This record gives sequence, structure tokens and C-alpha cells, in this order.
Amino acid sequence: MKEIISSDIASSFREIKARAESRWRELFNSDKPVILVGTATCGRAAGALEIVHTLRAELKRQGLDCPVIEVGCMGHCYAEPLVVIHKPGYPAICYGYVNPVIAERLVKEFLTGDNVCLEFVLGAMEENDLIPSFADFPRASYEKKVVLRNCGHIDPTDIDHYLANGGYSALGKALRMSPEDIIDEVKLSGLRGRGGAGFATGMKWEICRQAPGKPRYVVCNADEGDPGAFMDRSILESDPHSVIEGMVIAAYAIGARHGYIYVRAEYPLAVERVRIALRQARKAGLLGRHILGSDFSFDIRLFQGSGAFVCGEETALIASLEGKAGIPRYRPPYPATSGLNGKPTVINNVKTLVAVPSIIENGALWFNGIGTEKSKGTAVFALAGKVVNTGLVEVPMGTTLRQVIFDVGSGIPGGKQFKAVQIGGPSGGCLPESALDLPIDFDSLTEAGAMMGSGGMVVLDEDDCMVEIARYFLEFTQRESCGKCTFCRLGTRQMLAILDDITRGQGKEEDIDTLMMLAEAIRAGSLCGLGKTAPNPVLTTLRYFEDEYRAHIREGRCPALMCRDLIAYYILPDKCERSCDACVGTCTVEAIFPNPKRIKVIDQDKCVKCDTCRVACPPQYNAIVKLSPPSEVPAAVK
Amino acid sequence: MKTVSLIIDGRKITANEGEILLWVALDNGFYIPNLCAMRDNHEPMAACRLCFVEVAGRDRPVTACTETITEGMTVNTRGESALSLARQGFELLMASHALDCAHCPRNGSCELQKIARHLHVKLKSKHLRKLERDLPIDTSHPLFVYDANKCVLCGRCVRVCREHSGTGVFGFAHRGFERRVTTFADEPMDTSDCDHCAECITVCPTGALVPKEEQSP
Ligand SMILES: Cc1cc2nc3c(=O)[nH]c(=O)nc-3n(C[C@H](O)[C@H](O)[C@H](O)COP(=O)(O)O)c2cc1C
Ligand code: SF4
Ligand code: SF4
Ligand code: SF4
Ligand code: SF4
Ligand code: FES
Ligand code: FES
Repeated sequence: MKEIISSDIASSFREIKARAESRWRELFNSDKPVILVGTATCGRAAGALEIVHTLRAELKRQGLDCPVIEVGCMGHCYAEPLVVIHKPGYPAICYGYVNPVIAERLVKEFLTGDNVCLEFVLGAMEENDLIPSFADFPRASYEKKVVLRNCGHIDPTDIDHYLANGGYSALGKALRMSPEDIIDEVKLSGLRGRGGAGFATGMKWEICRQAPGKPRYVVCNADEGDPGAFMDRSILESDPHSVIEGMVIAAYAIGARHGYIYVRAEYPLAVERVRIALRQARKAGLLGRHILGSDFSFDIRLFQGSGAFVCGEETALIASLEGKAGIPRYRPPYPATSGLNGKPTVINNVKTLVAVPSIIENGALWFNGIGTEKSKGTAVFALAGKVVNTGLVEVPMGTTLRQVIFDVGSGIPGGKQFKAVQIGGPSGGCLPESALDLPIDFDSLTEAGAMMGSGGMVVLDEDDCMVEIARYFLEFTQRESCGKCTFCRLGTRQMLAILDDITRGQGKEEDIDTLMMLAEAIRAGSLCGLGKTAPNPVLTTLRYFEDEYRAHIREGRCPALMCRDLIAYYILPDKCERSCDACVGTCTVEAIFPNPKRIKVIDQDKCVKCDTCRVACPPQYNAIVKLSPPSEVPAAVK
Repeated sequence: MKTVSLIIDGRKITANEGEILLWVALDNGFYIPNLCAMRDNHEPMAACRLCFVEVAGRDRPVTACTETITEGMTVNTRGESALSLARQGFELLMASHALDCAHCPRNGSCELQKIARHLHVKLKSKHLRKLERDLPIDTSHPLFVYDANKCVLCGRCVRVCREHSGTGVFGFAHRGFERRVTTFADEPMDTSDCDHCAECITVCPTGALVPKEEQSP
């Protein structure tokens, strides 16, 4: 009996896959060129939709028949808008920083002519003799795309693109396995949750499957509230079917019939693309009743969250799904035994679920072979801040921070000095130079005081004040605290008040001890993960950069010259050029005046420290500097 | 009903299986600071974070209101790490509390005063900055006065009110430091559909909700 069902599944799947593959071949193996444009949210922000219009208009003008396909995030977010041209006879070439003028030239000169426009090339997608390919970049030797495997390569609104690239094969395979075998496979793979805490996914599924109570649920956590994180958004926008496939496999493994994708309402494009994908998957028989003709039925509903950071916490998320206020509750019971409507519920992060199909497809041992002893697979980061190549990065666990920042990210721009890297968002911490050779995995980061968190990675340089960074993150957590429990509600507020004082030069010597005391108490006493991890940015900056705190408190000095109350603008008399008055007109409060020698001087009482004049001073003079503490400004000119 | 035996502060106690540690301790004469727990609440709020105790075999203090007792459990209500955590939580509450016992109707029967005595701390916080919210005092209701500046957000009033009247006059609003107990849309207390049961005044552990006749001049 089982055999008959298995072969049914196989044949119905073969059919839809064959159709998808032939459409894909038609697209890329014809004699027509194909253009891909990255139109995920960040591409759109950089004007990618205008590029799509321009390309289409110019193609029409030139009488060329060439599809322009909107794809998702290619990872090179620093160089948006991005365009990839597949032209027969040429390797696929990726162009960066494309503007309408460049777009027109690409059509005119490359598509109608044979000039590849080398000056706009970012890299070729495959190795060739003509132009340097991405594979030749140093980052290529570190990157490994598992979770981001399809992002930027396929049209996220076309299920056939996903199918033609191996999509849903894992589901077909999974339906021929027993649920227990799938759970064993996921356990063997060593997959740990990508939502922050790193809980073993296979074990979570097993607990849920064995928990009494029905129905069971699968929930995809796509709340992603960390400032600066956009991995989950990019995946939903670029490859929504991989999330759906992962969820269907999870549902089959635990025996669920209903699932939810909880996505923040601030992600309208992700919402739209997931909606389309759900519809297509249902139509193809990959979702809904009798999936692929089997006796397994499962459907997914999309839920738009109001976008509070704390709603990403699993019990708060479930409360929110139930129509209640998104406020965490005490655990245990954990959702795996008592979640949505009090029923066993698996709740997993987007990236966790996306890793599942490749594990089923390639086998647990393949996944287990990537990464470190206790952290298997890859880590996805949104690389941001003072780094040359910002964007989405996926590297095997165990890659060092140095490799990610300096090889994949190409280091710090403007010849500045690296200072710290902030990992894991508001729950994470700031790690200094000395931690750069740390292999990235769940445990090593936790040990260093930071956290894998959701995957934000912000690079900081010499111009960033560590006290201010800690203050910034704490301001975020204290604002986002649900306010239910004492330590988080009041403790973070107390810490913020202290940090506010320190950055204003009003800190007291004993404040550091109070900060430490509060941090430990909040960590030990808070009810949920938000409070428990909220002190991390403060604890790590105190641990690695205590001297910066002391300089603020003892000398009223901000070593990074960032804290406004602790700096003054000063024009160096021997550098200021008599005949130049570039700064004078830029000052909106008219604080700059020439002295009798025609050297410019700043009236410190008028100056509002806006930085405009420093930027305006021509680079050959570079006469305007920031001084800290403000008393450094020579008395004579005050 | 099955019973289990456990040890609290060195004394052997027998109690019904499935009971919550906080009530077992209180019923047997061991005081544990608590504000947000309620006897019939099956899903503990676990919000005030004052009921910390040490349980043998657990590496950090646990909240007594969330612990189900087990056979052989060994509990220390006086352990230093538990008490110090409770003290810090209490200090945080008091640093944002409109402290004025001399003019407070709750003076003498206030749970906060009791906790301070138990923890050997002053009501006035030593280390922390005073962070008050200066919320208006609501005197509109014929039965009680509500002073949000004395509220510790234990949620007891919210709960009894919802149980009693079904709809609930009180609810929580806002988040973080701004979180407070208030009526729907912040209306004055007397315009809401209160049925004058006065349950909320009975359960409030502080001077936040007090009957009107006890209001000092
Ligand atoms: C304050 C807070 C915010 C969180 N936000 C998210 C989030 O945005 N996305 C997410 O997947 N997990 C988030 N988590 C973790 C979830 O509670 C939960 O552990 C996770 O979704 C489980 O999935 P995983 O096992 O795949 O990691 C958050 C936790 C806390 C405490
Ligand atoms: S730790 Fe913060 S966010 Fe979590 S329950 Fe307590 S107050 Fe709410
Ligand atoms: S920093 Fe701004 S306000 Fe101050 S002198 Fe320069 S331009 Fe004027
Ligand atoms: S509520 Fe309690 S601690 Fe506060 S003023 Fe009244 S009596 Fe004093
Ligand atoms: S008013 Fe009283 S009972 Fe209600 S939450 Fe505040 S302190 Fe608790
Ligand atoms: S390349 Fe555009 S979202 Fe990353
Ligand atoms: S009584 Fe236990 S947390 Fe409030």
C-alpha cells in the first residue's frame, strides 16, 4: 500500500517538475538574452524599479525581445541597483551601481552591440576568460550559500523557477520517509535554531511530535525586529517557496495540519511575495489537501504582526497570533508542548526552516560536515556599518570574524581603524579587535559576551563611541520592553539614565559599579529573553572598553569625538587659509568669523556642533577639528 | 489526593501534589516576598520578580510562584543570591514609586513595607536614580482613588476585575517604562462600567487603589 502512494507522489511531482524545468531551459538556453534585476526592498530603495522600467523602454526602442526578470537579493547590497545580463555567447555578467543612463547604455552597447561595458561590471557570475568573476574575489572562498541558495537567481513570484532549481524535491523525498525518520535526519544534521537561542531543531520537533494534544501547529517566526537586520525579509522576498517547503516538511514531521507565517506588517513586499507563493504552491498541489496526492494535508496562513520587537519572542508571538496583546509569558510550558491555543507548536525562525529542505535533499551528513563541532551549517549575516561591502553574507560556521569583515566585507572604508563589531543586535554585544580571530559559532560568541542573535553584524570604527553605541541599543530595548516584569521595565530604564548622564559628561565614578550591578540583576531576574539579554551591549562594552567609560566620567572626554556634549569644534589657526572662507557661509548659526589676521574662528557660545563646517573645509586645508573635552580649545580664541 | 514532602528552610513539609511552592511556603509560615501571584491563577504572571528562592540542584534562584513542588525538593527562602535578587528588584520598584507613607492610606498594611522589613532594606533606594512618572491621580470614582504613581503593575486588580465583571474596567496600556494600569482609552474611572464590587481595592497590595473614606485629607 505504502509503495503505491510513494510512486504516486513521485509521478505527480515529476510532472510539475518537468514542466518547470522545460520553462527554465527555454528561458536561459534560447538565443535570446535575459536580464535579471534585484528588486528586493533594498534594491527598490536604490531605484531598482526605475531601472526595470528604463531597461524595458530601451529594449522596446531597440526592438529587442529580451525578458527583464525581477529577482531578489543578490547579497551585494552595497552596489545596488544590481543587474545581471545573460547574453548568449557571454558569461552571465553582474553590473553594480546601475543608474538609468547606465541601463540604457547596457542595452545599446552590450545587447545590441558587443561592448560588455567593463567599467560598470561588478563581476561575472561564472568563471571565464573575458572578465573577472565573483569566484576570483576573496569573498568567494569564504562564502557558502545554503540558506541563500536561490536568492537573487530566481524570480520569487514564479514557482517554476524554484522547482527548476531543485525546489520541492526535498518535500517529495520527505513524503516518502516516515515522520520519525525525518526527525532523526534533522537531529543527525545538528541543525540549531537560527532565531537566536540556537536550540536543537530536531529535538524541538521530537518533543512536539510526542506531546499530547491535537491539533499541532507549525509557526514560522519572521518578526525580525532587530534594528539593522534584514536577512529574513530578504529571504521571504527572494525565495519564499523555500520557507514554505521547510514548513511543509516540518508539519509532516510533527503531524501538523495548520501553519502560520508571522511576518511584520512593515514588510509589505515580503507579505506580497509570500502570498503569491502560497497561492502557487496550493495550485501545484504542494500545499493544502492531499499534498502531492498523499494522505497528508497541511495549509499555511499569513499573519501580519504589529511589529513590536518583543513579539518575536515565541510566547509573545503566540499570544499575538491568538489575538491577545503580544506579551511574553512564563515558560515552561514551552510552545513545543503548549503553544498556540495551548496545543503543541513548533516555532522556528525563517532561516532554520529554509535549511531543512537542503538537509533532506543532501542528507544530514552533508550538513553536519559544514561548520564547527557544536554549530553545524552556515551563518547568515546582514553586514552593515563601517565596512566596504555591506550586504547579506552567508559563511560556514567557524569562519572567523576577521574573515567576514576583512575578506568578505573588504574591511573598513576610508582608511579608518577598526574598533569593534556589534553582533546579534540589541541582545548581542560589541567585540574588540582581540576577538577578531574568534570562529563564529553559537557558543564562542556567547562566551565572548555577544550572541549569534538574529544575525545583525555592525562594524564600528575609530569614530564610534562605545558608550554611545551601548546607549543606543539600550534605548532600543528599554523602549521595546513590554513592561511586564520589574527588572526589564525599570532596570533598563535606570541603566539608560546612567548612560545618558555619562555621554553628557555628567557621569559619576560609582556609575560603573551601578551599571554592572543592574546588568547582572536584569540578566538574572528578567522574565523573558528580551530582558535577560538587554544588558549585553553594556556588559561587553564595559568589559572591552572600560577606559572609554572612564574617560567620559573622569575627564569629560569622548575618545571617539562622538558625544556632542563632550566635544568642541576648533579651527586650527596654522592650517586655516586666509583667502578661504568655505566654512563661514555654511554655518547656519553664523558662529564663524574671521579674526583680524583673516584666520577663521568659531564662537563657541554660538556653535551648535552640527559638523557642517568641518565637512565644508577643503581637504587641502583640513583645518577644522573636533576637540574633547571642550576645554581643549585654546583660551585665547574662546 | 497524593501528597509530597519537601524541605523548606530545613523543615520538613507535606503538601498536596501539584501545588505551587509559593503558597505551600506561605501556608506553612515561611514568608516569601510576592506581589503579582494570586491563588487561583493557573498561569502565573511571574511579573514582579520578587519571590526568588533557592532550590537545591538549580544553578540560579527560581521564582516560587512558578514552581510546582516535587517530592524531596529542598528549598532555601533565605539564600543570599535569592534575597539579593529580590532586593534589587524591590529597589527598582521603589526607585519609581511615589513614596509618601506618612500620607498614604495604606501605611501600616502595605505589602511594600512588609517586603522592605523582610529584606532588611529601606523603602527609599540608595543606589538608584529616582525615576518617577508624575501621572495624574484619578479621584473620579465614588468608591476609590487610583494613584498610578504608587502602582507596581502587579496586575491583581486587572485580574479580579475581569473575573468579576467579565469585561474588565482595568487593563494594561503602553509598554516599557510607560506601562500602566488604566481604563479603556484612559477614561476617568467612574465613567467606565464598574459595578462597585470593590474587589480591586481589596487585592491591591499598595496604596495605588484605596477606598475613598480612607483617603487622608
Ligand atoms: C525579544 C526577543 C525577540 C525575538 N525575536 C525573534 C525574531 O524576530 N525572529 C526569530 O526567529 N526569533 C526571535 N526570537 C527567538 C524566539 O523566541 C524563538 O526562540 C525562535 O523563534 C525559535 O526558532 P528557532 O529554534 O528556529 O531559533 C526572539 C526572542 C526574544 C527574547
Ligand atoms: S523581560 Fe522585558 S520584555 Fe520580557 S516579559 Fe519582562 S518586561 Fe516584558
Ligand atoms: S559645527 Fe556647525 S554650528 Fe559649529 S561652527 Fe561649524 S557649522 Fe557652525
Ligand atoms: S504604597 Fe506603601 S510604600 Fe508606598 S507610600 Fe503607600 S504605604 Fe508607603
Ligand atoms: S493598582 Fe494595585 S493591584 Fe492594580 S496593578 Fe497596581 S499595584 Fe497592582
Ligand atoms: S542585494 Fe538587494 S537586498 Fe541585498
Ligand atoms: S510573585 Fe512570583 S514573580 Fe511576582
